[in-house]
Amino acid sequence: MLKMTDLHTELKESIVEQLNLEEMEPADISDEEPLFGDGLGLDSIDALELIVLLEKDYGIKLTEPEQGREIFVSINKMAQFIEENRTK
Amino acid sequence: MQKELYIKHWVKIKAGKIFDVEETFLATEEKDLNTFLKLGYQRLQISYPKFHKMDGLSKLGILASEIISRKHSFSKETALIFSNAASCLETDEEFQNSMQNFPSPATFVYTLPNIVLGELSIRHGLQSENSFFVSPQFDAALLVDYSTNLINTKMAPQVLCGWIDLQSGEYDVFLCLISSEGKTQFSEEMLRKIYYAENDRPTHRT
Repeated sequence: MLKMTDLHTELKESIVEQLNLEEMEPADISDEEPLFGDGLGLDSIDALELIVLLEKDYGIKLTEPEQGREIFVSINKMAQFIEENRTK
Repeated sequence: MQKELYIKHWVKIKAGKIFDVEETFLATEEKDLNTFLKLGYQRLQISYPKFHKMDGLSKLGILASEIISRKHSFSKETALIFSNAASCLETDEEFQNSMQNFPSPATFVYTLPNIVLGELSIRHGLQSENSFFVSPQFDAALLVDYSTNLINTKMAPQVLCGWIDLQSGEYDVFLCLISSEGKTQFSEEMLRKIYYAENDRPTHRT
């Protein structure tokens, strides 16, 4: 099992790669920064990609896409949710 | 009375080259499509992070339109009339492949050829008429008829029209800005002449 700080780093790397944030380094993303809106500026399609990422990398299947609103608030929030619900 | 129309500017992207009527912006032997598109983005010094999320067809459209818009700004009524032979086949195939594991929503949204028109409209703030035609080959008559009609009926003051094709990693782009100002006459013959010049391998479906 990854340490929480390693999970944060892994998540940032996955987000940069999966969402094609080519002008950004994983280290540019802070743990508390909002992922949507004024923060990282992700959009609704990115939210769907994050849902796919949860299932593919951590075996977490969201049954309600609206759950994403509470989970994809920040890297901290995502990492906490993954720790509590991961199946792989 | 019908206005005389002109090709105000044109740009081509083909076989490692990005060039317009005045200059060559990039000439490279790079064979990989994504690397070539990124080189074009860097060479043109575009700052638009959304570019990296787009499919190949939309990236080609952004690069070509960027060159024209820097020399002749687009009003928000500038219409877009594009055409090609392969539709969005490359992206369709990519999405189909992704379905074997986890289908990608970000790829799915580009599985329509006219998405490039939406991306250009967002990039340049256009609120105008647009259409995308899939033809077996470059159809100058269609582009002249449609563009002329739009301008003469005052539906658009100018039209960005042309061919933007991508199949099997090979790209063939020829976009031109049509307006009532300019020096090069807008005609089927002239469109064909520019399109086929330095284009010994046009992308056609035969």
